[in-house]
Amino acid sequence: MEDLTEIRWHGRGGQGAVTAAKLVAEAALKQDKYFQASPEYGPERMGAPIQAFTRICPEPILIHCAVTNPDIVVVLDPTLLSVVNVTDGLVENGALVINTDMSPAEVRQANNIEGYKIVTVDASKIAVESIGRAIPNTPMLGAVLKATGIMDLEKVAEHIRSSFGKKFSQEIIDGNVEALTRAYQEARSE
Amino acid sequence: MSKTVALTGNLACAHAMRQINPDVVAAYPITPQTTIVEEFSTFVANGQVDTEYVTVESEHSAMSACVGASAAGSRVITATSSQGLALMWEILYIASALRLPIVMHNVNRTLAGPINIHCDHQDSMGARDSGWIQIHCENAQEAYDTTIQAIRIAEDSRVSLPVLVCLDGFIISHAIDRLDMLDDPEVKKFVGEFEPRVTMLDPEEPITVGPFDGLHGQFFEFRRAQELATLGSLPVIEEVGKEYGAVSGRPYGLIEEYKLDDAEIAILVLGSTAGTTRVVVDDLRADGVKAGLLKIRSFRPFPIKQITDALSGVKAVAVLDRSLSPGAIGAPVFQEVRSALYDSESRVPIINFIYGLGGRDVSMAHLKEAFDVLSDIVKTGQVKQTINYLGLRE
Repeated sequence: MEDLTEIRWHGRGGQGAVTAAKLVAEAALKQDKYFQASPEYGPERMGAPIQAFTRICPEPILIHCAVTNPDIVVVLDPTLLSVVNVTDGLVENGALVINTDMSPAEVRQANNIEGYKIVTVDASKIAVESIGRAIPNTPMLGAVLKATGIMDLEKVAEHIRSSFGKKFSQEIIDGNVEALTRAYQEARSE
Repeated sequence: MSKTVALTGNLACAHAMRQINPDVVAAYPITPQTTIVEEFSTFVANGQVDTEYVTVESEHSAMSACVGASAAGSRVITATSSQGLALMWEILYIASALRLPIVMHNVNRTLAGPINIHCDHQDSMGARDSGWIQIHCENAQEAYDTTIQAIRIAEDSRVSLPVLVCLDGFIISHAIDRLDMLDDPEVKKFVGEFEPRVTMLDPEEPITVGPFDGLHGQFFEFRRAQELATLGSLPVIEEVGKEYGAVSGRPYGLIEEYKLDDAEIAILVLGSTAGTTRVVVDDLRADGVKAGLLKIRSFRPFPIKQITDALSGVKAVAVLDRSLSPGAIGAPVFQEVRSALYDSESRVPIINFIYGLGGRDVSMAHLKEAFDVLSDIVKTGQVKQTINYLGLRE
């Protein structure tokens, strides 16, 4: 359990936070890791702030309590920074991965965030350019991989190709892989 | 051969149902129903099962349809949750009295009010005396495995009783977890063909199902027979769990002990909190504290002997209940465990922690707090407070 990584996803209903949490879990399976992924249930409305959680570990995960001290917090929508206390419970040397066109230093200053590693990437722009829709979850996953190294980028891309293959066109699949890879490359950290 | 998959607890249960391929599933498809029957309906629509899928207008009707189908000699499975189980109330008693081997998932969620959709065990605790066998699962793997075993337990000629397979709402039901699934033919072979003892559709041997008992009939004897059958299922649950272990590599019993052999203090709990407790036990052991866990898998029948034997060496025990019985001496599991220990030689000090109502999180710190109270009892020899609450805001 020492190598347990806990991620909290902040998004707005419809941005794919739950799908992202799920995608990470499924990709973890491909790498023979253990995982849990769960949304926070409540009244779900398009645009309302929501949370989802992922745990990843090389050993079986036995705990079933809530994720209260995440190692990584992912913010899919920058407008949440002024609405939700996104650093709540984040461990001291934890990482904050944010979808924004600002640099980590600018985010830090604008929101008075001290400490933590801050990673930013313009995932919405990447999503529009690669997938054609402003659903930032796949590019944000690329930034998470860059920030944490919890999984191999190429293996996650492989998983997207194989699991999306059943439901989506080749164009959508290629767009998602491109978004993942571009965000991995473009993510800036401080 | 098995395969490792990433599934929610609900989908794991639905896949077990697909592999069992029941004759009839009758379900009410709207809230508080879970995605178990929704996922299963996809298998029906895809032609992956031969099941007659009956959608009904309420949970009361769902259980009524299950009773009819089971009495006609079908293998029947359904699923429910929370208020849905409550609405089935009358028919739960009919199903068990008619000795119908229906298998049902209950995704444990609280009963309103105030309106709350989250996990606790108050729904299935209310069904405690309904005559259903009640098995609690720790995680998605156990929910999958137990579904398959439940068919064999329910249909065993020594039992012939309905089985409720309980899994914690949201924590297990809606979370994606890693588990191993058996191959379809392995499940098919394990559950075998259903051979009903009697069927109401046999013109050669006409029978009456569910008749009036007369003004002073045999009701008392029927209820006693039901009690005997429930107690008689104890060895069957063990046998089936062992046999399942031989097939899957995952054996099951009535209870599960974790580091209890030399434990001085122990927590007894049902469901997903058992998993969290294991890790707290490990942490305490690392600090030299002799802590242990006793997980109850079969709540009905209640395995009195196994529990008293397992706890015979400990110096203090805490029972964790995810339900509350207003006006009683502690919550249901505590009452039963304390009652069982009353006749034991050691009569170990026992306290109750009520926790997690309406989905309140139970953290590792909470469980550590419970163990600390037990350590204090061992040290001082005194129980300061018998009924306690974990995570209650005061």
